[in-house]
Amino acid sequence: MRKRSIAFIILGVIFLLFPLVIHSGYYQHLVIIALMWVVIGSSWNLLAGYTGLVSFGHAIFFGTGAYTAGVFVTKLGISAWWGMMFGGIVSMVIGLAVGWICLRLRGPYFALATLAGGEIFRLIAINWEGLTEGMVGILIIQTFRSKIPYYYIALALAFLCVYVIYSLMKTKWGYYFLSIREDQDAAESLGINTTLYRNVSLLISAFFTGMAGAFYMNYMAFIDPEVVYSLHYISIMAILVGIVGGVATIFGPAVGAFVMVGVQEIFRSAFFGVAPKWISQAHALVFGLLVIFVIVFLANGIVGDWSKIKRTVFRIRESA
Amino acid sequence: MVVFLQTIVAGVLIGGIYSLIGIGMSLIMGVMGIINLAHGQLMMVAMYITFVLSHYMSIDPYLSLLVTMPALFLLGCFLQKFLLNPLMKKESVLPENQVLMTVGIAMVLAEIARFIFSSDYKTVKTSYSSSAFFLGNISFNVPMCIAFVFSIAFTLVLFWFLLRTDMGRSIRATAQDKDAATLMGVNSSRITIITFGLGSSLTAAAGSLLIPIFYLFPDIGGPFTLKAFVITILGGLGSTVGAIFGGLVLGIAESLGATYIGMGYKEMVGFVIFLLVLVFLPGGLKRLTKV
Repeated sequence: MRKRSIAFIILGVIFLLFPLVIHSGYYQHLVIIALMWVVIGSSWNLLAGYTGLVSFGHAIFFGTGAYTAGVFVTKLGISAWWGMMFGGIVSMVIGLAVGWICLRLRGPYFALATLAGGEIFRLIAINWEGLTEGMVGILIIQTFRSKIPYYYIALALAFLCVYVIYSLMKTKWGYYFLSIREDQDAAESLGINTTLYRNVSLLISAFFTGMAGAFYMNYMAFIDPEVVYSLHYISIMAILVGIVGGVATIFGPAVGAFVMVGVQEIFRSAFFGVAPKWISQAHALVFGLLVIFVIVFLANGIVGDWSKIKRTVFRIRESA
Repeated sequence: MVVFLQTIVAGVLIGGIYSLIGIGMSLIMGVMGIINLAHGQLMMVAMYITFVLSHYMSIDPYLSLLVTMPALFLLGCFLQKFLLNPLMKKESVLPENQVLMTVGIAMVLAEIARFIFSSDYKTVKTSYSSSAFFLGNISFNVPMCIAFVFSIAFTLVLFWFLLRTDMGRSIRATAQDKDAATLMGVNSSRITIITFGLGSSLTAAAGSLLIPIFYLFPDIGGPFTLKAFVITILGGLGSTVGAIFGGLVLGIAESLGATYIGMGYKEMVGFVIFLLVLVFLPGGLKRLTKV
């Protein structure tokens, strides 16, 4: 336990000092994006990993958060940072509606209903040009020129999200969530209001994902429906981050976020320009292959299967 | 009135083809209990095969059914045998791994197509592509009508297969109760492989039939996958008869939506129906017949 807390302190110091030591905007950008994915992945994990409701439509909340921040600028003329506060709340309101419809469904049906929900929101955002500017997207002006403020905001958000979920899973609510995942009928018969707690889990998840969306709007300064409501690059990526890192583990999605963003960037930039150009054209293909690879070989993720990975690596070393 | 009738005719014609796609997915859903989210992408593969055959060897798209259906049958069997079936034995926290696997397969197929053919739009031109005939004031697009007739023929053959042959009976038995079927001596893992192949070849047929009408590009699969699962839910999961009506309902609804609400909302109509069905009629159209 002592060794663990020392490790955490070292990790914390590294994260706090990172932008002061590494001045390259490119690497800072990668870490900021990874931190944003920590938030999305962790909130997806709360809903899917702990409560057993696998969502295929986290883009609903991400996109809603981003558009809340964007519309604040274009329609209300106030700073997009207000969106950080209200993006999460608006996402929760949307989450209530989504929950009302989707939470009467179980297992694969829930997954499909959220998938359809994500597509509906994407189509609304494309067609409701009066509010969202449609396919033109929303362009705002970044507040800071340096990446350092964004870095610390993302870091704070990621820490807050992971910490809230960590403490939540130690309370009674956390155990309610787990019992719903293991057996909803048994939980119901023990007197747990499963409808209420599934909604609670969905709302917390929606809140943090919405905040991440609003942060994305502030940081990237440009959104359009195909980006923030994307099925592949938001909803599926959220699932991947969760699965790669480890479903139903606290730090799994955090590890998964860094691995996924790293792998994606390595292939997108063709091994930082070393490999031939065609690799960067194939980065989406690699993404798909990675999905298949992870499901077949790492069903419980890096954190979940850590002992298995350690054993395999160790054995290889032994024989070498 | 003419506009309305024309809209209905267009809806029924495209609905017939949607049914063909939906039946394939329903079969897979019924036997394996998972939604195959690579369904539209399998159709896309068939469309590219048709494109290659017609572009380089000038083979008629309808003749290429003889190639695409067996080819996709084999591809489907391969995917099921080596990627989906092994997952059944794996222990993991989430049961949705197989669905996610089909998403991965879908992405890989689309990206391979993009890699080979680039993102450009392709068309297959035939002499009858834009011809139409008239009944009264209503026009019937010829390739649509041919596709519709083919769809009905394939559906009838499928029903004959499911109802009259040994293999068809085994498929239905596995769909009803997998454990009982296994105890009766049905090799259920072989049945899942054949079912996936069958579903793929049906969607391949739909792909070859649609190609004279649609543009072809690597991302065409996605919308059709979503349509297929809307149909499957609409018809009642695993119900092949339901899928036929689901396809027709979706076709008509989309067509009405495009005429009376706006082209941009055409796709959304399907999803709204989907959500309404989930809320008010869980179990789909199947529910209406057997309460």
